[in-house]
Parts: sequence; structure tokens; C-alpha cells
Amino acid sequence: MTRRLLLLLLPIGFIGIALFLYQGLGINPSDRDSALMAREFPAFEASTLRDEHRRVDQTLLTGEVTLVNVWGEWCPACKQEMPQLLELADNNIRMVGINYRDTREKGLEFLSEFGDPFEVNIFDPDGSLGFDLGVYGAPETFLVDADGVIRYHHKGYVSPEDVRERILPEVEKWR
Amino acid sequence: MALIRTFSAAFMLLFAVSAIAGGIEVREFDDPVMEKRYRDLTASMRCPLCENQAIDDSDAPISGDMRERVYLLLQDGQSDIEIIDHMVQRFGDYILYNPRLENRTYLLWGLPIGLIFVGVLVVILMVRARRNASAKALSAEERARLDALINRERSS
Amino acid sequence: MFIKMIPEIGHFALVIALLMAIVQAIMPLVGAATRRPLWMAYGRPMATGQFFFVAIAYICLTTSYMLDDFSVANVANNSNSLLPWYYKFSAVWGNHEGSVLLWSLMLAGWGYAASVFSGDLPRDMVARVQGVMGMVCVGFLLFILMTSNPFERLLPNMPQDGADLNPLLQDFGLIVHPPMLYMGYVGFSVVFAFAIAALLGGRLDAAWTRWARPWTNLAWAFLTVGIALGSWWAYYELGWGGWWFWDPVENASLLPWLTGTALMHSLAVTEKRGSFKSWSVLLAISTFSLSLLGTFLVRSGVLTSVHAFANDPSRGFFILMLLTITVTLSLLVFALRAPRVSHKVGFNWLSRDSLLLINNILLVIMTVTVLLGTVYPLILDSMGLGKISVGPPYFNALFVPLTVVMCIFMGLGPMARWKGMAAGELVRKLWLAGAASLVLGAAAPLLYSGEWDLWVALGIISALWIVLPMARDLFDKTRHASSFVAGLRKLSLAYWGMVLGHVGIAVTIVGVAIVSNYNIERNVRMSPGTMVEVAGYQFTMTELTSRRGPNFLADTSIIQVQRGESGRSFVMRPEKRLYLATGMPMTQVALRPGLFRDLYVAMGEDLEDGSYAMRIQYKPFVRWLWLGGLLMAFGGILAVIDKRYRRVTARSTAPATAGQVSSKEATA
Repeated sequence: MTRRLLLLLLPIGFIGIALFLYQGLGINPSDRDSALMAREFPAFEASTLRDEHRRVDQTLLTGEVTLVNVWGEWCPACKQEMPQLLELADNNIRMVGINYRDTREKGLEFLSEFGDPFEVNIFDPDGSLGFDLGVYGAPETFLVDADGVIRYHHKGYVSPEDVRERILPEVEKWR
Repeated sequence: MALIRTFSAAFMLLFAVSAIAGGIEVREFDDPVMEKRYRDLTASMRCPLCENQAIDDSDAPISGDMRERVYLLLQDGQSDIEIIDHMVQRFGDYILYNPRLENRTYLLWGLPIGLIFVGVLVVILMVRARRNASAKALSAEERARLDALINRERSS
Repeated sequence: MFIKMIPEIGHFALVIALLMAIVQAIMPLVGAATRRPLWMAYGRPMATGQFFFVAIAYICLTTSYMLDDFSVANVANNSNSLLPWYYKFSAVWGNHEGSVLLWSLMLAGWGYAASVFSGDLPRDMVARVQGVMGMVCVGFLLFILMTSNPFERLLPNMPQDGADLNPLLQDFGLIVHPPMLYMGYVGFSVVFAFAIAALLGGRLDAAWTRWARPWTNLAWAFLTVGIALGSWWAYYELGWGGWWFWDPVENASLLPWLTGTALMHSLAVTEKRGSFKSWSVLLAISTFSLSLLGTFLVRSGVLTSVHAFANDPSRGFFILMLLTITVTLSLLVFALRAPRVSHKVGFNWLSRDSLLLINNILLVIMTVTVLLGTVYPLILDSMGLGKISVGPPYFNALFVPLTVVMCIFMGLGPMARWKGMAAGELVRKLWLAGAASLVLGAAAPLLYSGEWDLWVALGIISALWIVLPMARDLFDKTRHASSFVAGLRKLSLAYWGMVLGHVGIAVTIVGVAIVSNYNIERNVRMSPGTMVEVAGYQFTMTELTSRRGPNFLADTSIIQVQRGESGRSFVMRPEKRLYLATGMPMTQVALRPGLFRDLYVAMGEDLEDGSYAMRIQYKPFVRWLWLGGLLMAFGGILAVIDKRYRRVTARSTAPATAGQVSSKEATA
């Protein structure tokens, strides 16, 4: 009889596995946290989009909670999320853009067409700052706290719901 | 590439990757050892954007950047471990096709190795038990009768 | 009018098939349990009818494709009026809904075949087999009707033309690979049904192994061909010459193959020696369950991209329920009905029994390793431990050494006797082959390239160690016959099947070992006039042209290839294509296949100075990979048509009447 009981462990064990699989159904495998979470914003030195003589570095992002948005003129989702970013800027959140893998001309054209919520745009034509940030496609949005530490990361398009349900609460949390 | 992924996933094809031969770049290596290291490194890193492709197979822009970085770091004289750390720092453990041995991956590496030991043990125990049974092995006829007996017990 | 109704007829046929499957799932099983011959007799006509109606549904869908009926969503999304007819025909299974329909058609087909070729089985056994098949069919037909209806209409706003079949799938590979693979996956459902029926009926005797073996071999042969075709297709279609990526999709097909292989060997022991009975049943259950698990992993999107099926998460949930019910119920039946008395059939250290035991344990370890590596990221993720990847380095690190160990025992297995043998006899039979494999295998890399390589040497040693002892055995077996040919004739087809299966593995191993280690790859910049030498071949680009295909634009480079100074020269034409309908770029590689080497040229980026980046590869022995697969499958088929199994059928073709069955039941 003990053998029968031991064999009964087989179906019970499988139900356990099935529960894991069920949980897996609810997970989006491409939804990954940034590797830079809770780490300092990487050091960089670059010019700004509007003024090629103005040099900025990582100290730009200290002193105040800042949303850093990685965008490019070539990226359709970046255009779609601009209204949400403008709304965030209207909420007195400091916004800094990273113009990623773009040209000055096209970047400026984009800002004049879709609006400019950014206090300043870091010009990153070869994507080296993006690389150090672990960006693998635009748009991506990072929340940097007053000490220059990355606290939240949003991959991809920012929807109006994302603004209300995720980004605003996160900003409040780290302010 | 999600589209292609969808297609292949949709009917369990045996491959699930894009049809564009990515990563065809002309790179100069002074040293064949370094060229091999470059190949091994780029073959063992996963493209963070694509579904399941190594960066040496992928034509995603980020894969090109990563290959470039691996190449530069190699030229710079960095070791494989340093290069891997450099990448993981930016893109996370996700990009390693060869997961590092750490708390959460002990089972991944340990279970197969443990099973090998269990397997050896099972073989030893079973053969030792069966060896003693050899003496009273049944003839074919006896076996058929035993089958019949067991069947009777089953179906009654 | 009639033509316009074709999709509805198909849909209706599916509903009828489902109803018949439900009857088939209930009546025979209840009949067998309550010993009512009439109820049991429901199985065969229901299996036939169900196959008939699923076939009608399938023909209806194919007709909609052929007639370009773009009011059917499935056709509109996956076909185009310009598509050649043979791609319209295969586009049916080039998408989720159609492929599940093909899957169900094959399931019904296997169920029908099982009912046709089981004339000699006891009637209650047949009834139970059909009942179990009926249950599986109910699951899949419900899956189609509830989540994946291929006959859904796009009315009243039907598109003018279809969105076209993905260019990647407009290929011979799509025509042959999925049907073969599915035949394998689905074929194991018959073996599964036999196992469950045997458990339910308590007929776990030598006879059921004789019934189960041909079905196992046949399903296994199909699966082997399916996997080999998939690998070959990926190799020539994807443009960088890989042939196995350890992708979850591939692993899903490898898992049932591994347990299926274990099952074939375990069934051999069960039939010959009467031992390993419960184990064989458990393997039969596992093999089919792994086919279902693979379906779940691939189609639910848990491991790949959630976007693949984000539109309909109910599919993943449905398959998970199907999987859970199937596995839990069958394991429950196993736990309750597995024989309490196990025959202690004795065997010794050196015996075929013990070697097959080791074979099974190794195959199970391989299966667990592949399964673990495939689902580990998912498990970590659902425990909130972060996202990791498990890829080729992990699988190779574990799978390759396990294969080498397996080969050591594979060389011994066919030479060993059942029950036990003296060590001296085995050594006498094998020492020459062993020494020859070691010497030749170790020397092979030096002879081949002048550079010694451990893995190539191990691969060749393993392959020789599998083949040489069998050659010696063939020699021994034919020595006493009047002539060599007469001796060969005496050997059974099943024996030849075993030999071919093992030789196939050896051939594949040679291919893997050599192409993995001696593959030569050069990425070069080429413009007209450039000459590059790779592996003794001179590749000269003579011309860069562009051309217009039926539905694409292509940049073509014309490359003159010559071996050495004086060799025969030939032309290779790699292309970069842009498909007009979808705007998808594709690389069309140029291949020069050969038994001992492939030349593989792919065109890369336009380097903007009139030159192109090109990838030139020299792939030695790559064909052996798939050649081995075909040999294995052929071996499986030979074993199926062995007259041993036909004789069983012939001996008892007299139809068992209802009276006989009930008297049999009464004595039992």
C-alpha cells in the first residue's frame, strides 16, 4: 500500500508544476526591470541638443527628482507618448530628454512638431549613453531621485493610465 | 520580429527567429585566439530586444552596438569575465545564455548532476536486487501463467 | 449557394465530429467496465465517423484557401490571391487555427488507424483504447471550437485580398516539416491510449507490448523525420547556417523524442523479458504528456513572447487545463492500477537488460535536463526571482557529455545477451572494435585537419564504437550461413531496424562533431572583382546585379567558385530580397551542398562603397546530421513492418464474437 501512496505523489507533483505554469501565463516575459535599478545614473559627458557647445554630465540629474526620457525622431511610439510627457511636465515634474541615435536637425524638428516637455535634452547620436543605461529600444523612461539614483524604469510607450497609475505615484514616493 | 516569432510559435515550427542574416560585419583581428573569443562571447549573449537570438545572429541595432562594444573591449585587452560583467551591468543577467552559478541557479546546474548520481545508485541497487532473482527466473510458460494470474487479480 | 456555405459546412462537420468523439469517449469505456459488448462496439464506428467529419472540415478549409475566400478570417490573414496553389494548400497549417485543425485531423486519423489495425485484440482492449483516444479527441476538438475556430468569417467587411503568407513560410520546408512533426506528436497518443487501456483493463501482459511497439516505432519515426526536416529548413532558410538553437520550440520537440526513444527500448525489455512493465507504461504516459506540454509552452507564449498570443490568453489556459487533466488523470490511473506484483526477472551486471536500464536512465536524465533548462526561466520568474536566460552553452555543457556516456553503452548493448553473459565473451567480441575505434577516432582529427580536437576525437570514437561492434556482430551472425547474403536474409527486419537506428545516431554524431568544430566562417567585404579564399575554395565576385522576382525585388551577387587552381568551377548566387506585399527583407543564401561539405554564402549589409559584407561558410559533414535522422527513421519503419507483428495479426484474425468476449471476461 505504501507503494500506491508513493505513486500518488506523481499526480500531486504534477499539479504543483501546473500551478507554476498557470502563474507563468500571467507573466509577460518581455517585461524586464532595468539592470540599473537602485544604482547611480551612469557617468557621462555630452552636449545638449539645442546647443552643441553646452556640455552636461551626470550632475545634471542630481538635486531634484527627474524623469529621464529616451527618445528619437525615428521612433513612432515616442511621438504617441508626447502628450503624456507634456502632461507630466505640466505637473511640475522635471523632465530631461535623451535624444537617442538621432541627428540634431531631426531631433529639433521633432520637438517643434510634437512639443517640448524637457528642461534640457542630452544629445546622444551614437547611443553610447543609451548603451550605458541599458537602453535597447526607444522609448524608455527612467525616474532618477535627488541623489542621482535610478528608482523606476518604464520600458516602451507611456500610456495615460501609466502616468496615473505608475509614474505619478512613483514620483511622489521618491520626492 | 515579433511577427515571425508569432508565426513560428503558432505552429510549433522548429525554428523561431528572423530570416535576416544579421551580424555580417567585417572585423579585423590580429589574433585568431581573439577572433575565437569574439565569436564565443557574441554567441553566448542574448539580444535584449529580439525574442531568442544571440547577438551574433541578430540584426537588431542594439545587437550591433553590443558586438561593437565586445570588439572594442577585446581590443582594449579586457578578459572575458570583465567583458561579461560590463554587459551584465548594463543589460542584466537576462543577456547571458550561460547562466552564472548563484543561489537561484543552483538547482538548474545541480539537479542534472544530482540525477546522474541518483541514476548510478538506481542501476547499482536494481541490478543487485535482480541478480539474486536470477536463480529463480521463470520460464516463458511460467511467466504466461503468472501474467494470467495477475490479470485475474486485476480484473476481479 | 453551396460553395458559399463551405466554411459553415466545415464548422458544422467539426461539431458533429465533436459529438461523435464524446460518444466514443464514453460508450466503449463504460461498456468495457460493465461488460456490455454492444456499448463497446460503439468505438469503431465513432472513430471512423469522427475521422470522416474532421476530414470534411479540413477539406472545407483547404477549399476556402484554394478558392481565395477572403471572407474567412483565417484565409484573409494567411493567404493571397497571388500565392501559388501549393503554398495555398500548405498555408492551411501555416497558422495557429489551421495547424490545430491539421493536428486534430491526424489525431482522428491515428485513432481510425488504431481501430482498423486492431482486429486481433480482445474487444474490451480495443474499446478502452478507443475510449481514451476519444477523450483526447474531445479535448482538441473543444480547443478548436472554443478558442481557435478556423472558419470565423469577416462579414460583412471582407477584404479585397489576403494579407499573404509570411515569406519565410513560402517554402518547401513548410509543406513537409509540420505534417511530419505533428504525425510524430500525435502518434504517441495511440501509444498513450494503449498504455491507459492496459492499465484500466489490467492487461499489462507481454501481448500489450507487442501491440504498443509498432505504434511507438511509427510515431517515433515520424517525429525523427519531423525534427530532422525542421533542422534542415532552419539551416537553409535562416541565413547563418545554424541547425539547432536550443530554442524552446525545438526543445518541445526533442523532449517527446527522448522519452519516446526510452520507451522503444523499455518496450523491448518488457516484450522479451517481461520486466520494466510499469516503467514502460509510465514512459508512454510521459511521452504523450510532453507532447502536450510542448504544445502548451509554445502556444501559450509563456516562454516566448506574450505578444504572440496576447490577443487570446484563453488558448494558453485551455491547453494548460487539457494538459493538467490528461496528466493528472493518467498518473492517477497509473498510481491506482499499476501492477502490484512485479516480476522479479533476474539479470546480471553484464546483460542487455542492465544496459537498457542504463540507456533508459540516461535518456530520462537528458529529458529532465532539457525540460529544466527550458522552463527554469519561467519558474524563477513566477517566483519573483528575476529574469534569466538558459541557452546553448548550458544545454551543450550537459547534453554533450551525457551523449558520450550514452554512446559507450550503445556500443555494448546490441552485443550483450539478455539475462547475463561472461565478461570474457563480451571482451572477446568487442576488444578489436574498441581498439580500432580508439585508434581511428583519435587519429581522425589529425588526418582531417592536422589539428587535434578533443570533441571531434570523442565524436568519431563514439560513432565508431557504435558501428564497429555491430559490423563484427553481422559478420558473426552470417559466418555460419551458406553464403553471406543468405546469412543476411535470415536476420529479421526488426534487427535491421535496430542496426539502422544505431547507425543513424552514429552518422548524426559524426556530423555534429565535425561541423561544430571544423566549421569555417569568414565575414568579408566583397565587390566585383574581389577574390577570397576559404578552405581551399576561391570565391570571386564577378557581378552585382538586381532582379525582380514574382513578388520581390532582389540584389544578387554572382560569385564564381573554384577549388584550388584547377578544380571545376561553379557559380553561387546569394540574394537580398525585399518582399513587396509585406515589405519584409530576407536573405536568400546560396548553398552548394555535398556529402562531405556544404558551401554557404550569405549576403549582408550594403557597405555603401559598391561593396557588400558577405558571410562565407565552409560546413564539413553538415549533411550527415539529417542523413542520420533519415536512417534512424527508416530503421524505425523497418521494425514496424517486421513480420513478427504481422504474424500476431495473422494468427488471430478470426473476429472475436461477442460471445467469446463475454466468456473470456467471465473466466477472467
